[in-house]
Amino acid sequence: MTMAALFFYLFAGVAVASAFMVIASRNPVHSVLFLILTFVNAAGLFILIGAEYIAMLLVVVYVGAVAVLFLFVVMMLDVDFVELRQGFLQYLPVGALVGFIFLAELVLAFSSWTFGAGVTGAVANARPAVSNTVQIGRVLYTDYLYFFQAAGLVLLVAMIGAIVLTLRHKENVKRQSIAAQNARTKAMAIDIVKVPSGKGL
Amino acid sequence: MVIGLSHYLTVAAILFTLGTLGIFLNRKSVIVILMSVELILLAVNINLVAFSVFLGNVVGQIFALFVLTVAAAEAAIGLAILVVFYRNRGSIAVEDINAMKG
Repeated sequence: MTMAALFFYLFAGVAVASAFMVIASRNPVHSVLFLILTFVNAAGLFILIGAEYIAMLLVVVYVGAVAVLFLFVVMMLDVDFVELRQGFLQYLPVGALVGFIFLAELVLAFSSWTFGAGVTGAVANARPAVSNTVQIGRVLYTDYLYFFQAAGLVLLVAMIGAIVLTLRHKENVKRQSIAAQNARTKAMAIDIVKVPSGKGL
Repeated sequence: MVIGLSHYLTVAAILFTLGTLGIFLNRKSVIVILMSVELILLAVNINLVAFSVFLGNVVGQIFALFVLTVAAAEAAIGLAILVVFYRNRGSIAVEDINAMKG
């Protein structure tokens, strides 16, 4: 067994085991941590196969942003998670049946997969000599430029949507009103009083 | 033993099935369902990248990048909706989300 096969089985095994723990663990914080482990091992699989750019993107975007977002939300919501796990096994028989059938179908369909003669040569890129990132950049910024910009738009809309959803205006909070500040005049702000000596106001 | 395309496809199939199982089994916490959706999208990404590499065509990886973008947007919006729902109802159980009688 070669080194590459050994690492494939290591990454794949840990990824599958931690994905199982994501859905099986009782504490959602543990679920998020196992999700991070799954993503890191999937990134290892991608590096093994030669897709370094997607692997690094997976680590940066998923582990760095999405999983931390999950962690924040899980820790901020004050839910009794032990109570939430009651009745977990209620749907286990039907779920296990559906999952088993689904997995058997997928594996039967995929495990006998072969490319037809000449398919690989017909669609392969002409420039195999450059690195993976350069290859992606050459295609992404030329043929897929509009899709790239649309992806940016999707992220912008998601950001605005998340802010609009979670922003709330509290009562009894003092805020700066620049229009009111600018509309103030000298007459409104100061009152000049002549104080007679010895009497006070 | 050579690691081929079918090995990667099998790993992706197992991850996909675990994701769907997570949605099936979990009737209580919406947040674990969101994590299962992330698992499913990861399985799809593994499929896309495996085919891309074994065909020698980089377009599959570009599509995986777009899937990643949509997954990030979906996670942000989903968690925002979850926070707002928890604020209004004080619970994130699936059974309590029945306001629309669907």
